[in-house]
Amino acid sequence: MADAADLPTLRLEGVRKSYGIGSPVELEVLHGIDLTLNKGEFAALIGPSGSGKSTLLNMIGLLDAPTAGQIFISGQTTSGLADRLLTRLRADSIGFVFQYHNLLPEFTAQENVMMPLLAARGRPDDAMRARSADLIAKVGLAAWSQYKTNDLSGGQQQRVAIARALVMEPALVLADEPTGNLDTQSADGVFDLLRSVNAGSRTTFLIVTHDPRLAQRCDRIIELVDGRIDSDRANVVEHRAAAALPAAA
Amino acid sequence: MNPIAPFEWILATRFMREGLMQTLLIVAGVALGVAVIVFMSALLSGLQGNLFRRTLNYQAQIVILPPKEIARSLRPNTDAASAAVVQPRAQRIRSVDQWQTVRDQVARLPGVIAIAPVVSGAGFVLRAEASKSVGITGMEPSSYLRLIALSDKIVAGNADLSTSDMLVGTELAKDLGVAMGDKLTLQTATGASVTLIISGIFDFGNKGQNSRSVYVALRTAQSLLDLPGGVTSLEVNVSDPFAAEVMAQTIQAQTGLEVESWIVTNAQFFSAMSAQSLSNDVIRFFVGLTAALGIASVLVVSVVQKSKEIGILRATGTSRRQILRSFLLQGALMGLMGSLVGSVMGWAFLIGWRGMAKNADGTPLFSIAFEPMLFVYAAAGATLVGTIAAVFPAQRAARLDPAVAIRG
Repeated sequence: MADAADLPTLRLEGVRKSYGIGSPVELEVLHGIDLTLNKGEFAALIGPSGSGKSTLLNMIGLLDAPTAGQIFISGQTTSGLADRLLTRLRADSIGFVFQYHNLLPEFTAQENVMMPLLAARGRPDDAMRARSADLIAKVGLAAWSQYKTNDLSGGQQQRVAIARALVMEPALVLADEPTGNLDTQSADGVFDLLRSVNAGSRTTFLIVTHDPRLAQRCDRIIELVDGRIDSDRANVVEHRAAAALPAAA
Repeated sequence: MNPIAPFEWILATRFMREGLMQTLLIVAGVALGVAVIVFMSALLSGLQGNLFRRTLNYQAQIVILPPKEIARSLRPNTDAASAAVVQPRAQRIRSVDQWQTVRDQVARLPGVIAIAPVVSGAGFVLRAEASKSVGITGMEPSSYLRLIALSDKIVAGNADLSTSDMLVGTELAKDLGVAMGDKLTLQTATGASVTLIISGIFDFGNKGQNSRSVYVALRTAQSLLDLPGGVTSLEVNVSDPFAAEVMAQTIQAQTGLEVESWIVTNAQFFSAMSAQSLSNDVIRFFVGLTAALGIASVLVVSVVQKSKEIGILRATGTSRRQILRSFLLQGALMGLMGSLVGSVMGWAFLIGWRGMAKNADGTPLFSIAFEPMLFVYAAAGATLVGTIAAVFPAQRAARLDPAVAIRG
């Protein structure tokens, strides 16, 4: 068996998804997706509304199960796993950044970052606090770490979400329109942050966006049309993230 | 964040703190319910305890009597069909056979705390032209006073009788115009009579009893009622009054005598008590149900309000069980907090009530039982009810589809 380090971060084999199975309005939204993401890739998933981007992302994120086909995370199969094991795999391997409703308003920025560690280990400890404080500082929010998240700007909230996505050191970070409701300047900052994290680690990124400008700044662009991969191409970009931000781990 | 608290606790307390208004409202609701339950229970158990005490003060819990005399047909029992009218016998005063042996035997039974021989019958007290019919109770003060709290009811003199003494009620003394140290003649229907000195006057707080009963020494009653050396009954108290009927049946089986417990002779009193307890339980049940529904509805609303957060938690590695436990914990905490506040409120009501509801002489109208265990039960019960109420909302939260919740 191949060493886990050599296996692709994500492999999809013939993934299909239907809604309303057995009902007269049964609808297949994904028609057999094959896709591989290797370690350290920074890929964009684009496509028009209704093309199945979010559905695909939910399945990759193990939030939803495919109707047919297989999903492998770092070589491990995910079909037929019990909820407890899926939760564990999701916690250990996947970090999420969503467009909206990203954070828990009851908790401070730092507590939000700490939350996945806390859920995994059960009780807070100093190592957790140190790691979350460290990540908060890395995303440039050291001064805001004790703020409730509703007191932060949209850009700052997305930075907190990115810090939280990284706290478990996942193999894969999934970002669903991470800059979708930010102004251009904040969006650039958040995107640069994602790039700089990717540059400093072997974390794989898959970013769902319908903003062609953002997609052009990713290394690979996967286009989904009507539930099928329409095109999948490499993209050469000039890296400017490293200049904009201090080096991130 | 509390460093020793588990994740579920942190989540539950933070959700409750951030939804403070909701939390406070439902805690107040639970508190009110618990206060009502605590108040009612204490009031009712005080009331019942009072009634039990009053009832058991004047009567023994178990009475052992000679077997009833039965009339039997003397016709030979032939195969031929025959009809006979057998008239039941009139019951005369008879002694319990071998009562000393029976007394010793019963006294040895576990749970028996007092046993006293008693001679009772009917008679008249005479003074000049006046005569009053009375029930005569002959007893030995040494054993009888351990059975019946007669000494507490004496308003003049004392209950310690000698063979030439008698105790009369306040009402009888007033009717006959007698006082302590006066002499009265006691006569029975057969003509036997004796003149005795009043050595004590009692007040049972009941006009009938105060005017119609006299107490004399056992030997005096024996000679008056023509029962030398005999007793008409043995009266018994046991440690648990509610076990009296079981004990009565045991004694009956062992001695073959007629044995009655207060539970049977006061059946109506007993059924009134049970009815009261039942209605109390019904009220408690509905108050508990109301509190439970309150907790459940607040948590259901909270699950709906927090569905996005639950989705985020699920997406970031929180398991279904953790979500479930966190919501169950919220229910339990609301129940516990409500019950603590409610216990204090109930206690305050009780003290206030005791201060307000007073007799004319300033003594409390009700004696209220302060049962510390009641508060423990209330707290445990409310916590349990809170947890059970949280089951449905918690399951709902745990089953939320994270993908849908986040998109929401």
